[in-house]
Amino acid sequence: MKTITKKITTILALALVTPLILTACGQSGNSLTGEVKIDGSSTVFPITEAVAEEFTAQNPDLKIPVGVSGTGGGFKKFTIGETDISDASRPIKDEEAQVAKDNGIDYSIYQVAYDGISIVVSKDNTWVKNLTTDELKMIWSPDSKISTWKDIRPEWPNEKIKFYAPGTDSGTFDYFTEEINGESGAIRADFTGSEDDNVLVQGIAGDKNALGFFGFAYYEENQDKLNLVSVNDVTPSLDTIKDGTYTPLSRPLYIYVSNKSLDRPEVNAFVKFYLENAGMLAKEVGYIPLPDKIYADQLDLFNK
Amino acid sequence: MESKLIKRRKIKNALFQGALMSIIIFSIIILLLLLYQVFKVGFSHLSLSFITSMPSRFANQAGIASALAGSIWTITLTILFAVPLGVGTAIYLEEYANQKSWFTKIIQVNISNLAGVPSIVYGMLGLAVFVRFLNFQRSILSGALTLALLILPVIIVASQEALKSVPSTLKEGSYALGVSKWQTITGVVIPFSLPGILTGSILAVSRAMGEAAPLIMIGAAGYIGFMPRSPLDSFTVLPIQIFNWTSRPQAEFQNIAAAGIIVLLVLLLSMNAFAIILRNKYQNRMD
Repeated sequence: MKTITKKITTILALALVTPLILTACGQSGNSLTGEVKIDGSSTVFPITEAVAEEFTAQNPDLKIPVGVSGTGGGFKKFTIGETDISDASRPIKDEEAQVAKDNGIDYSIYQVAYDGISIVVSKDNTWVKNLTTDELKMIWSPDSKISTWKDIRPEWPNEKIKFYAPGTDSGTFDYFTEEINGESGAIRADFTGSEDDNVLVQGIAGDKNALGFFGFAYYEENQDKLNLVSVNDVTPSLDTIKDGTYTPLSRPLYIYVSNKSLDRPEVNAFVKFYLENAGMLAKEVGYIPLPDKIYADQLDLFNK
Repeated sequence: MESKLIKRRKIKNALFQGALMSIIIFSIIILLLLLYQVFKVGFSHLSLSFITSMPSRFANQAGIASALAGSIWTITLTILFAVPLGVGTAIYLEEYANQKSWFTKIIQVNISNLAGVPSIVYGMLGLAVFVRFLNFQRSILSGALTLALLILPVIIVASQEALKSVPSTLKEGSYALGVSKWQTITGVVIPFSLPGILTGSILAVSRAMGEAAPLIMIGAAGYIGFMPRSPLDSFTVLPIQIFNWTSRPQAEFQNIAAAGIIVLLVLLLSMNAFAIILRNKYQNRMD
């Protein structure tokens, strides 16, 4: 009995020590230290991750954990002062802003990139090239009468459409329903939904009669399997989203920064670095940069 | 007449056996397909630098070091919290508590019900109690305590079953020799039931290792660019890192997600293997 207990203790001790050894190789220099706490939208996450990665490379002793609890989940933590920066794929809601006010959290808002929502069909679908905003509303509204392509335009085939859309928890879903159907969350009930846009890609690519929408980056990575549908005769692209002609399905992405946290040198330097590099880094991870002027204006504002 | 009946029963028996067999084969095939897919995609992306690098926006530079360290930290602490507490509770309920009292019964029903509560609920509890009330922040400690709560009911129930399986003759033999209750428990009951307790604990800990939802809830990060050095550091774990990669648009990220799954599998299997070796050692001793 005793030897076993001893062995178990040794093993437990080993298990505890191993991670310590793993982490023992640190380095120090003349750089920023401390922690910049970030949480929020999973859409904005790749951009913030890229910025954090680059900034950590310059400041190896600074910790920048980036959470992914969603825009709403992020604001819940941000508005009670648990995080320094909140990633958001929509503006803060009145209720959330009220909580921040009650807790004495002042914040600044910065746009970091655009995200386009693309309407897509399968490669085998040869008839849908363009849809107007009105047609989209007719198709997706909660009381929609559309069930075949023919119902949209008489010259299109009399075949049933299969609908695909992001899951109801995603910011893309909120934004699309708000812009197209006029109310966030209002949509026809008979669509296949998934929180994972890659699942939507698979579903639409494999079905001639599928119609769906999701983030533009997912179309870009799967151009060989999908056909892009233009909206009001404008095809979404880097240029049309950037100059605002692809409308209404492009939206800005934000970071909310607590003003109190900005007094800390590490947060201040990080936000500055973010605004200086957001354009390039956003592009690298598949989003559309804002016009240079907006970044420059925001930096001016920040430096004041 | 009688032989006809017997024949019919034999056919029924064969049919039932066949049905069970096909169920087993079906589930094994699905598992093998999954494993095949993961290994086919992920194996070529496994390398030492994948294990030792931090996550990155470039798939070919991204590694899993911080998530692996976070998982090892979290699971080690979870075991330290959950196993002693769980086994202790089980011993109390089986050996000391008055089985007929309403208090014991209420506790018993509660524990069984808690085993079926969705993990996200434990995440909400962890956020309220550990992160905010006890102010442990979004740390490894909060994560480990949350996971410990999550798997406690499973460990308790499994340990109770193991303790119940100790033959009363053994216990009575021990008492007959004038041995105290405490000595009977440490010298007879626990060694005999240890294999069962270990099996239950393995299953529970494996579950904790694969959890992402409650940890995201308490605020575990999706990106950690540093090695966690103390239980109060922010952290991420393998399942969160893997989920994060699979939801990226770029196909290369899905490939390294598969490599991440292999790392998680290896970690899980080596931990299980260790527990099984320990268990077999005990089993042999008791036989």
